[in-house]
Formats: sequence, structure tokens, C-alpha cells
Amino acid sequence: MSVQKFSLLQRVLHWTMAAAIFLMLFIGIGMVSTITPAHLTLLSIHKPLGIAILILVIVRLIVRLTRGAPPLPSDLPPLMKFAAHASHWALYALMFAMPLIGWGMLSAAGDPVVVAGIHLPSILPMDGAMHGVLRQAHTWLALVLFALVLAHLAAALFHALVRGDGVFESMA
Amino acid sequence: MARRLLFIALVVLVVAGLLAYTGGLFTPDRLTPQLFLTRFGPPGGLAPGHRRNHAKGICFKGDFEANGAGTALSRAAVFASGHYPVVGRFNLGDPDPKASDATTGVRGLGIRITTPDGRQWRSAMINAPQFPVATPQAFFELLGLSTSTDPQAMAHFAAAHPEFAAFGAIAAQAKHTASFTQEQYNSIDAFIFTDGSGQQHAVRWSVQSADPPETKTPDELKAMGPDFLFAELRKRLAVAPLRFPLNVTVAAPGDPTADPSKAWPADRQHVEVGVITVQEIEDEADGPCRDINYDPTVLPDGISVSDDPFPAARSAVYAKSFDRRTAEEADYPHTPAPVSP
Repeated sequence: MSVQKFSLLQRVLHWTMAAAIFLMLFIGIGMVSTITPAHLTLLSIHKPLGIAILILVIVRLIVRLTRGAPPLPSDLPPLMKFAAHASHWALYALMFAMPLIGWGMLSAAGDPVVVAGIHLPSILPMDGAMHGVLRQAHTWLALVLFALVLAHLAAALFHALVRGDGVFESMA
Repeated sequence: MARRLLFIALVVLVVAGLLAYTGGLFTPDRLTPQLFLTRFGPPGGLAPGHRRNHAKGICFKGDFEANGAGTALSRAAVFASGHYPVVGRFNLGDPDPKASDATTGVRGLGIRITTPDGRQWRSAMINAPQFPVATPQAFFELLGLSTSTDPQAMAHFAAAHPEFAAFGAIAAQAKHTASFTQEQYNSIDAFIFTDGSGQQHAVRWSVQSADPPETKTPDELKAMGPDFLFAELRKRLAVAPLRFPLNVTVAAPGDPTADPSKAWPADRQHVEVGVITVQEIEDEADGPCRDINYDPTVLPDGISVSDDPFPAARSAVYAKSFDRRTAEEADYPHTPAPVSP
């Protein structure tokens, strides 16, 4: 079976971001669940990694919109096709939203947004109530993102191991 | 095919389990910020919207005038001669926002100094000369003693933490004063200053006005009412600003930095780096300090944490307190409800 693949750039972006987002979710939940000095170490990785993901997703979206994606197999049931498209756009939305909410939440707290030694501008005025909302959204959307990542992982394995339809190979 | 589906389900389950483990789901004894906060319960129940500890406080705006002496120890912009705005908060070390000034022994001062580059130096200090215990874990246990049903709990704790007895001896001699201005507020924790040549200096700092302490007996304090400290501060500010010199104490080689229960010898080098002037006072409900988390790890370039484990622990727990109270804004109105006639 000949497989139509994503471009090399798209595959590199995908796997780099996959690793970064995975790491990010574990660092995020780990750093708010400890009072040891690891809290500060993890936080100092979480912030620059978040900004890196934001930059990468901007590049990735541009590449995706200009280069497109290989078509899904024609025999894929409509419901699975819909799930594939919807989950991908949801993943894109969250890849943008999570770093922006994190940045906005630090801004609303009045914290200097210092990322890997670089002082970024605040993107929101200081506002406690706004911080409260964004901070909760950051946690809940992280859990939604994690659930989507798991669904994505399960679907990828399903394409590779059960359907053998070349979808997994297009990104491998 | 069934085996392949089972394998996929297993992969998903393992990854989800790993995340849950990282979040502490399977280790209920892990000292998380959430668990720590359970030890700060005011007797009347939680006061939503307020800080989980040091809940009663008042905001002030002021100025830090650096005299330039700190530049020998740290390259932080805040030490270059000049004036930098301060938003601070005088407070009581109690989780109850209605705690009585007369019976709360711990008094605190939070400061946030901002330099023109936007960097901040935040510090939350208390009037104790040192911390009662050496580790965050021990502090957690100490906070649990008041609700322990074991009559021997205190004795066991004291035996396991000899530094606590030393603190008790100091606390027993502590003078209760009549004003926030008569206290010395200490960083307690050790931090690292990095100077212009990259040299590091372990330091602690303190803030103290020139007001001589005026000692009061517990009965005298009670007679002054539950809010006398705050009332006195307002009265003083109505007349003139209040000045608090900021002193940095430099450790000698070998002085313990990882243990805030160990004071450094009194003969260590002290450097006055400037003066904090308290200019305007404002109620917390709508004041400029209300939404500031006085996280001791928000530091400018040139100041960093040391091997003292407390600043990281405080940062984690303060953050959780801040997250919760900012999500409870409605429970702590910015403007008090009008008093019905």
C-alpha cells in the first residue's frame, strides 16, 4: 500500500510538539502537587516550554493551512471521520489556548512574566477575579487536553494495529 | 483483534495512571499544597476570598529609597540609588480575618518593590527572629498539633524537633508591643545575592523602624481592643509617613542557610540598603495589596533562593491559596455592603 505522508516539516513539528505537550502536562500537574524545591525547578521549565509550544503551534498552523493533510481513507466511517476532524481542531485550539491562558493568568496576577530570563510583556491588566477564572480554566482545559491526547493516541494505535489503513504511517 | 484493542486500552490506562500518580492521586500522604492548606482552618470555618493565613491585613503604598550600598552585594536594579514604588501589607499571622490584634503574637509585613524594568522583589516577613522548625514537613506537623487527640503529641514533636524548644524559649521572652512600627520584620529564610562580578552572598534581611518597642502585658493589650494595631497605623499615617530602614545581614562562611530555625550570630555584617517609607494606607478589600500574592520566590535578577527549602514550599502553598481566593472574589466584596440603618 502506498501511503501519502505529511511533509517532513509537518512530521518533525508533530513529534516535537507531541513530546513537548506530553512533558508539559506531566510537569504542570507535578509542580502543583509538591512543596519541595522541585516546585520551582518544574515551574522554571513549564513557562519557557509553554512559550515554545505557542511559537511552534503558530508555525504549525501556518504549515498545515498551506500544505494541507493527506486525505483520510475513503472507507473510514463518517462518524470516525467527523471525530478525526473535530478532535484535531480541538487539539489546535487547546495548543493555542493553554499557553495564552497561562501567560494571561500570570499577567492578571501582576507577576512579572519572566521566561528563561527574558521578561515578556503582560497581556492583561492586573485583576484578581480574572486570575481566578483563568487559573481554573488552565487546570480544566489541561485535563481536557490530556483526554484528547489520550484519544488521539488510542486512535493512532487503532489505525496502526486494527485498521492498518496507512493513517498512522502518514505521520510516522 | 480483541487482543490488539485490549493492548490499546492498556496503553491509554497506563499513561492516564502515570499522570494521576504525578498529581499525587495514589500517594495521599504526599505533602501537596492542597494538603498543607488543610492545616490553616480558622475556628469559625474558612473565610472564602481571603488569604488562607495572615488573613487580616491592611494595604499601604509607599516608596523604597535605595542608598546604593546594596550594589556591593547584589546586581539587582532595586539596589541602585533611587526611588522605587512599594505596595505592602501589614498583617497578623492567623488564618482568621477577624483575629484579635491583642491575642495574635505573630505580626507580618509583605512588600512588593517594583523597579522601572518591571521586575519585582516580593518579600513576606514576620516579627519572629527565626522559624520554629527546620523543615516544611515539620511545620506541617506542628500545625497539626492543635487538633491532635494524642495527649503526648506535643512531647513527641518537641523530642523529634529540638529546634522547637529553642524557639519556645525565645517566644516566651518575646515582647508584645503597641504598634506595627515597633516590630522588626525578618525574612527568616536565607536568599542568595549575586553581585556585579558574579560573586554570591548568602543573606537574610529585615525591616525595622526607629520606634523603640513599648512593651505591653497581655491584659494591657486586651484592654486596647481587637483592632488597635490597625487603628494606630491609620492615626500615625494621617500625621506623617512612616520610615522603615531595610537591613541586609550577610552570612559568614559556614553559617547555616538551609535551616531558618537557626539564627546567625549577631556580629554578622549588616548593610542598610535603603529605607521603605509607608505613605498611604488603604483597606484591603479594595486596596492595592488585595490581589498581590507575596510569594517570596518572586525575585529580580541578582536575588535568588538558597538551599533553604521554605521559599519553594511557601511559593507552592501561597499559590494554591491565591488560586482559591481569587476564584472566590464574590465572597469578599471590594466594597463593604452598606450598613442598614
